[in-house]
Amino acid sequence: MKGWHLIRLYTILFYLFMFLPIAVVVLLSFNPSEFGTFPMTGVSFRWFVALWNNDAIVRAFRVSILLGAMTAVISTTFGVMASLALVRYDFPGKGLLTTLLIAPILIPEVVLAVALLLFLRWLDMPKSLPLLLFGHVIFTLPFVLLVVQARLVGIRRDYEEAAMSLGAGPIETFFKITFPLLMPAIFAGMLFAFTISFDDITGTMFWKPGGVETVPTQIYAMLRNSISPEINALGTVMIVLTVALPLLGMAIARQMSANRK
Amino acid sequence: MTERTARLRPWYLLSPALATITFLLVIPTCFILVYSFWLRTATGADQAGFYLSNWKEVLSDPFYRDILFSTLRIAAITTVICALTGYLPAYFIAMSESRHKSLMLLLVMLPFWISYIIRTMSWINILGTTGALNTLLIDLGIIDQPLSLLYNEPAVILGLVNFLLPFMVLNVYVSLEAIDRNLLDASRSLGASELQSFREVTLPLSLPGLAAGGLLCFVLSAGTYITPVILGGPRNAMFANLVFEAIITQLNWPLGSVLSILLLIVLGAIVILYNRLVGIGQFAKTFG
Repeated sequence: MKGWHLIRLYTILFYLFMFLPIAVVVLLSFNPSEFGTFPMTGVSFRWFVALWNNDAIVRAFRVSILLGAMTAVISTTFGVMASLALVRYDFPGKGLLTTLLIAPILIPEVVLAVALLLFLRWLDMPKSLPLLLFGHVIFTLPFVLLVVQARLVGIRRDYEEAAMSLGAGPIETFFKITFPLLMPAIFAGMLFAFTISFDDITGTMFWKPGGVETVPTQIYAMLRNSISPEINALGTVMIVLTVALPLLGMAIARQMSANRK
Repeated sequence: MTERTARLRPWYLLSPALATITFLLVIPTCFILVYSFWLRTATGADQAGFYLSNWKEVLSDPFYRDILFSTLRIAAITTVICALTGYLPAYFIAMSESRHKSLMLLLVMLPFWISYIIRTMSWINILGTTGALNTLLIDLGIIDQPLSLLYNEPAVILGLVNFLLPFMVLNVYVSLEAIDRNLLDASRSLGASELQSFREVTLPLSLPGLAAGGLLCFVLSAGTYITPVILGGPRNAMFANLVFEAIITQLNWPLGSVLSILLLIVLGAIVILYNRLVGIGQFAKTFG
């Protein structure tokens, strides 16, 4: 069992390595020093205040949240529909279609970005928010599809068949039976799509119109000068947004379902 | 009539997703393939036609070849490091009987939710001349002058490994978790030592997960754009940086198309090879 203890120790080191950069960002964001580096000279919220007063960052947040929300809604709608077809129906060419639909995961992001940009520019579509939205939908669709499909397989067909045999049509069955059962999957898919969109930088760098920044491209633009303490504060805000809020949501949901019993 | 509607129903459901993929992915990709044969004229306008000059330029110029090879080298090194360092944590989580197992798994997935650029840029906080590591070493009296640890290839690889390790760990974990524990007990009761039963049973059965994780690590690191820009020096450009340079800075679309298609062909060949050896289905399991 000595080997097992060594593996455990190693696993702890692995977690430390994974979370080291994140911990450093959070720690430094509270450092009042002008240079955004060690040593820590105290604890202060001044960089968070500076962030709040930085118009460029607030604007970038607005763009990112809007883009992420629209991406999540479109991707999840298309993804849920396609998953229903792939899981609940048999038809020729299913395997090929599944591969086609998850292809964007396996194609390098740069290639996707170039292809979409050149094609739509050739059609005289300017670099714009809709172009960004199209791109983000393409990136996120396969992930939503995989997540929703996996959940859908786990939902037994009996309920749907029971509803149908009691005289409900397919659309009524979907909205009264399948949809409520699918809610967790839809929620997970939307959250997933939002996070991927919110975090995307490579594609966004190709597609974004001049003057428009999302949070990641804003950070990138700020990095070109030097690491300012504001970036660390921004990092902490993003970590709280993308980690703490979903975890809190999950905890509340669990609490609520526990209370109901 | 109703039977016909029923037969068409999956196609109605699929049509938005299929239309999206077709118009935003399939046609654009075919378009840049065609575009890669167009000619960039002296006036800057692109002339439609079938010219091989862009391809000849890219394939014969050692500049592009060198960067392609160094990109593949960096991707390969990153993949091997991820496999070597990521296997044991996956094994620990899969075999653990601790009640914190799902928490351990959640912690592996947590970095996915945290901004990639933040995690990458934070290595500057750690490795920079006034970063955590140099400050620590100087305070301890081990060094007098800060070491220069950033803006080189190892820093790029470090950033990539930190970003890609969870992909590897999750894929290996999924295949380890699926192993029937009775097989392990059987091998032990037939006299195999713990190490033997790992080598003969566990390791071979986890290879598909290792391969899926490896594929993801390789494809993602070979296509990476932002890590070399932030953590690498001017001589550590990777292939995606060339593509960005050609399209956005030089506005040379035919050249950018050639470079994109070349990257797609090279990585596509690797995906196809993987599909032959392992099968793409292994991939979807991780999300289940």
